[in-house]
Amino acid sequence: MWLEEYIVERTLEPVVRVEGLRKVYSLGDGQVIALAGIDLEIQAGEFVAVMGPSGSGKSTFMQITGLLDNPTAGQYYFEGTDVSHLDADARADIRSRRLGFVFQAYNLLPRTSALENVELPMVYAGVPAAERARIARDMMEIVGVDHLAHHHPNQMSGGQQQRVAIARSLVNHPGLILADEPTGALDTKTSEDVMRIFKELNEKQGITIMLVTHEPDIAAHAKRIVTFRDGNVISDTLRQAQGDRLVAHGDRLVAQGDRLQAYGETCHAEPVEAWKERVA
Amino acid sequence: MSDFKGILRLALQALVRNKVRSMLTMLGIVIGVAAVIVTVAIGSGARVSVQNSINSLGSNLIVVQPGSVTSSGARGGFGTASTLTPADGMAIAQLPGVSAVSPVVTIRTQVVAGGNNWQTTVTGVAPTYAQIRTWPTASGSFFTQNDVNDAAKVAVLGQTDVSELFPNGQNPIGQTILIKGVPFTVVGTLTPLGQSSLGTDQDDTVLIPYTSAMQRITGQTTVNQLMVSAATSDDITPVQNEVTALLTQRHQIAAGQPADFQVRNLQSIAAAASSTGAVMEFLLAGVAAVSLIVGGIGIMNIMMVSVTERTREIGLRMSVGARGATILRQFLTESTVLAAAGGVIGVIAGFIGTFVVAALAKWPTQIPIAWVILSVAFSALVGIFFGYYPAKKAAGLNPIEALRFE
Repeated sequence: MWLEEYIVERTLEPVVRVEGLRKVYSLGDGQVIALAGIDLEIQAGEFVAVMGPSGSGKSTFMQITGLLDNPTAGQYYFEGTDVSHLDADARADIRSRRLGFVFQAYNLLPRTSALENVELPMVYAGVPAAERARIARDMMEIVGVDHLAHHHPNQMSGGQQQRVAIARSLVNHPGLILADEPTGALDTKTSEDVMRIFKELNEKQGITIMLVTHEPDIAAHAKRIVTFRDGNVISDTLRQAQGDRLVAHGDRLVAQGDRLQAYGETCHAEPVEAWKERVA
Repeated sequence: MSDFKGILRLALQALVRNKVRSMLTMLGIVIGVAAVIVTVAIGSGARVSVQNSINSLGSNLIVVQPGSVTSSGARGGFGTASTLTPADGMAIAQLPGVSAVSPVVTIRTQVVAGGNNWQTTVTGVAPTYAQIRTWPTASGSFFTQNDVNDAAKVAVLGQTDVSELFPNGQNPIGQTILIKGVPFTVVGTLTPLGQSSLGTDQDDTVLIPYTSAMQRITGQTTVNQLMVSAATSDDITPVQNEVTALLTQRHQIAAGQPADFQVRNLQSIAAAASSTGAVMEFLLAGVAAVSLIVGGIGIMNIMMVSVTERTREIGLRMSVGARGATILRQFLTESTVLAAAGGVIGVIAGFIGTFVVAALAKWPTQIPIAWVILSVAFSALVGIFFGYYPAKKAAGLNPIEALRFE
């Protein structure tokens, strides 16, 4: 199976690699260029925040990265496999096995228990029922909502719902979690809690996370910040400590080492405080 | 996800989440199916009761009547000629496929027993008459062939005559009744047969040996009818043809001349009655089927609303890996389960409705199992048919737009 093949390959490949990625929407007789030709890589274990004003292309980038849409032109390699031109069913299959989604509006099924909500992606991936419940409970424990297993979404706070949604994104052991404004509907304190969970998942479980946000405070939790404007990447900032880690990671993966090292050296080594001032 | 159980579970979850709406949606189908069951039950009950009353006239019955008599150019109609004799009957009894023959002599007269009198039909018959009519005795016994040979003065009473002639409840067996002044001894009584399909009281009769009727009362040598019972229903037509050929020969009817007798069977009457019933039944079921289709449109309507309302849910399901085909199957299963469940509840409601109708209106009812299966299957089909368009719409949603839907 091609799926198994690329799971083997993925350890050697970046999770996301896009080359000349373009997305053009036809609008009446005019055209809107959402992505003007992006080159970007996201390595396994990274925690990337994608920023930019509305209309900058960051949402389009997330949709293509999340295999919800195909690019107009350019190449997208997900875990080493070219997925630029897959049909809807093939994309759905990869989403169900390799990707996790967290949305601003949580998007939990109403009148359905938290446990069943968390199990949902495994239903489509064909995981047996008994195993589904076990994995779902494990993931709910990791994000600290195991006591809410039989609560329905309307019986939970926003923060609790978002934690359940994060547990749901984890159940298929995804290669990448895409979080689209995950704190957009939460107050500051709850937002911090949710971001701490993402951070822990990234640091302790080594899960690759791509976070789309327009709030600098939220983006500051990430190790790397990519800023979009008018369909282009205008800045790609890696925090110093994370750069070192990536270099070390590159050393470990000898086959990939040279390329990673070169990549790490090209990255800016800018302290976050200075970057925040500049962005603000 | 290809397993049917998983899809069914998803569909059931979605339906249970919206209990009130699911029930209201089902209502159209429930009423449709219940209407089908009740109307078909009444229709087929009526058909069966008509069939039964026709059968009560006799099994595989063939009736031979004399032809018409023509006097001064006026033709008197069937039965007016006096051409049939008991000898004709004996000849017919020898034909293959004939199980029994009985001459019938009918006399409308006054019967007296003690202080009571009663206008009734005295029927002269052979002992085989009881077999032809499937009409057993309630007490005593039927007269015998010896009684016929001796033209014995014995009588068997129908239940109406028992109660009219012996109103005080005394045992009629052994009592003497006077028929046109001739004393007859009652040897038996008949079980009640009820009304005929034409509304006449079949129990309002006195049966005596046909020989006694001819020799002691009418003084005629001919009979009013010959009742012939064919061995099986398949024998009816051949026997009818043989009887016609035999009587043509015995009565020396030349080719091309009109016969002085007529041979009829009751199957044609039965067939006409039952086809009338069937037409009614299909008409009623057709009306009920229309209400099923209306119920199906109700399902489509609600499923459309449901798809729109659950656009975000569909977007989410797709984003976590549901294929379009899986979404299609889920929604299709929902509408099918909804309709089939409505069908099953409708069947239960139909059984209850049929029971109530049978109890209140005292109508004969019968629920044909084929219609039960048919209506449940049809309602499931309605669910698939009317659920397809909304399901297709759900499956065709773009996950990005669906997720953003407000």
